[in-house]
Amino acid sequence: MLQYLVFALIAAVGLLSALAVVVWPNLIHCVLWLALLLLDTAAAYVVLDAPFLGAIQVMLYAGGVVTLMLFAIMLTRRKGGVAVKNESDPARRWTALGLASGLFGLMAWAILTTPGLADAREQPQAQARELARAFLGEHVLSFEVLSILLLAATVGAIVIARRRDFVGSDPPNVAQGGKS
Amino acid sequence: MTITGYLLLGAALFCLGIYGVLTRRTAIGILLSIEVMANAVNINLVSFARYSGSAATELFAVFVMALTVAEVVVGLALVILVYRALSHTNLDEAQRLRH
Repeated sequence: MLQYLVFALIAAVGLLSALAVVVWPNLIHCVLWLALLLLDTAAAYVVLDAPFLGAIQVMLYAGGVVTLMLFAIMLTRRKGGVAVKNESDPARRWTALGLASGLFGLMAWAILTTPGLADAREQPQAQARELARAFLGEHVLSFEVLSILLLAATVGAIVIARRRDFVGSDPPNVAQGGKS
Repeated sequence: MTITGYLLLGAALFCLGIYGVLTRRTAIGILLSIEVMANAVNINLVSFARYSGSAATELFAVFVMALTVAEVVVGLALVILVYRALSHTNLDEAQRLRH
């Protein structure tokens, strides 16, 4: 009984905060709603017997990604006022709503009609020790590839966002010149 | 508690993320919606791990986390680049990127 209650709470908070993330007009508030969603997901991981993943989630996402997003929003504010209008026209919104709910209907149908899914029993989840063994044993190649990917992403981000001209020039000139 | 509830929750979050990607106009709004979608996938993966008991499934969730962080970092760098070039991040109007 209690676990249904906990699941209902997690699902309600998750759905509401996700809805707020995608429709809230103010982007800063969106990021804060996203932080709530990420913490809610961490709670779901803990309930699903994966506390290690929950800890990673809190540290990496709620700590790192949210801060990064806030920095990016602050850096890309339009000077002297609110940023650009964030809402699309109604036609596009209705099309998107139709597509998204259609996809949800399809996925819900697939989930509900798959035989044997409801009979699945909970198994003991792999904890940090088994996870580390799997990571550095059987899956060590993918671990290394992942670290190279992260390194490449870091270097790539620095190269992309680097300021190419250090003497003051207007931002539009950078775009038009291309070689400044 | 069966796995169905968690899968339905993941599907609903994923579709909300898709709605956000399709309707948002600023680049950061789209990145936020992509975060929502990645989280939905991760909830799916962890619940599958819970009901199958294999460590590899949980590893996939860690992979998804790392990939999402890499994507966010590169995406935000691109956003800052676009802002520096156009002074806004409205992707509908960012057609000068074609040149």
